[in-house]
Amino acid sequence: MTTVTMTVNGKTVSADVEDRTLLVQFLRDELQLTGTHIGCDTSQCGACVVHLDSRAVKSCTIFAAQADGAEVTTIEGLAPDGRLHPVQEAFREHHGLQCGFCTPGMIMTAVDMIRRKPKLDRQTIRAELEGNLCRCTGYQNIVDAIEAAAQQMAAIKSAGSVA
Amino acid sequence: MITYPFEYTRAQSLDEAVALAAAEPDAKILAGGQTLIPTMKQRLAAPPRLIDISRLSQLSFIRRDGDALVIGATTRHADVASSADVMEAIPALALLAGEIGDPAVRHLGTIGGSLANNDPAADYPAAALGLGATLTTNKRSLAADDFFTGMFSTALEEGEILTEISFPLAEKAGYCKFPNPASRYAMVGVFVAKTKVGARVAVTGAGSCVFRVPRMEAALNADFTSEAVAGISVPADDLNSDLHGSAEYRAHLVTVMAKRAVEAANRT
Ligand SMILES: Cc1cc2nc3c(=O)[nH]c(=O)nc-3n(C[C@H](O)[C@H](O)[C@H](O)COP(=O)(O)OP(=O)(O)OC[C@H]3O[C@@H](n4cnc5c(N)ncnc54)[C@H](O)[C@@H]3O)c2cc1C
Ligand code: FES
Ligand code: FES
Repeated sequence: MTTVTMTVNGKTVSADVEDRTLLVQFLRDELQLTGTHIGCDTSQCGACVVHLDSRAVKSCTIFAAQADGAEVTTIEGLAPDGRLHPVQEAFREHHGLQCGFCTPGMIMTAVDMIRRKPKLDRQTIRAELEGNLCRCTGYQNIVDAIEAAAQQMAAIKSAGSVA
Repeated sequence: MITYPFEYTRAQSLDEAVALAAAEPDAKILAGGQTLIPTMKQRLAAPPRLIDISRLSQLSFIRRDGDALVIGATTRHADVASSADVMEAIPALALLAGEIGDPAVRHLGTIGGSLANNDPAADYPAAALGLGATLTTNKRSLAADDFFTGMFSTALEEGEILTEISFPLAEKAGYCKFPNPASRYAMVGVFVAKTKVGARVAVTGAGSCVFRVPRMEAALNADFTSEAVAGISVPADDLNSDLHGSAEYRAHLVTVMAKRAVEAANRT
């Protein structure tokens, strides 16, 4: 057993876990944050993507113990006061989901790519989605949603820097 | 999910990691975990202890050292891909790192883990062999020509830890891979370089281990153009045949990727 302490969605959490506990198990089973999904458990589908120290990672491919001392953001952390994040809003607006299973990972990946690459064209969005699989949508509307969110967030940012 | 217990230790220093590895021969070094954790889930490996070196800041760096670019073993793929120093010194290396897997894999995976693992379809081994890199461990330095010894095997001894990789700057270098559409691993990837000591051509994905193509190197020494390698093919006999492609198909891809890699090198 190892005691792990980390900041999850802004709150400090601490627990004794078996060393073999994956970060995704810690989030879902220990913290009951079930927004993060397990699609494949073989590092391929991206349903489990969360942010670790501000970078998108597959939480099924890292142990909770490795995240000791780190800051983790999950899909629940994007809308802390119940107001949707612009990327979540854009997925709703552009119908970027059908069954919704891949959506938490898609959105966490999208937020990460927008932070790293404020100017996103559709080809870049598709390349950045390499590690996220969707069985329903055909990706078209996901790309639409991310493109719209990136533009909206850039507009908010530049309005903010003028004010 | 991992169905059996093991112990996890986060090393506080390289010395501690070396001592822990020496004390427990079956223990494994954990870097980015992007190969080791999936492997453990499949029970292809079941080490009793993992020694995590990924937080050792002394092993995570990118430094220009005269005519070489030196990269610490735990430097993440994403950091190599986005480094202005790498882009200036050896742009082909930054581009190669940016094409590994997907963004989440690149945020955790490390150069040292990739080289130590020596997957027959991994990208970095082609760059290390193609540029004639020197790989340094806690014990010694090895030339890339002596480091990669076979499928998933290297000259690393039990408990030996890769610490840094020194890439000599090349006059020109280019990499081109035909990625497997599902995994992004190389079906075939070819790294070419015009180095101070002559042209080098390294092929990954095609065989059981990264290899050089002396006939292409000789042709490029005479004339560093894609036409020079266009007529040279490698025999299919020893190449991989699997559900993704036959050995003959891979042999064909080697020539095509080599041509494109030379063209990429000549554009930089
Ligand atoms: C979905 C997916 C797609 C991928 N696509 C690609 C791709 O397109 N191209 C590609 O090249 N790779 C690909 N990879 C593999 C990825 O690049 C891994 O990060 C890399 O192979 C291993 O690096 P790591 O740091 O994650 O090592 P780990 O998984 O932590 O370790 C791998 C092995 O190396 C050993 N090791 C690690 N560091 C050291 C060290 N410093 N000294 C000695 N031994 C060490 C470990 O003990 C272990 O045996 C992919 C992986 C995934 C999950
Ligand atoms: S559950 Fe982690 S990548 Fe599929
Ligand atoms: S919406 Fe069903 S998997 Fe993406």
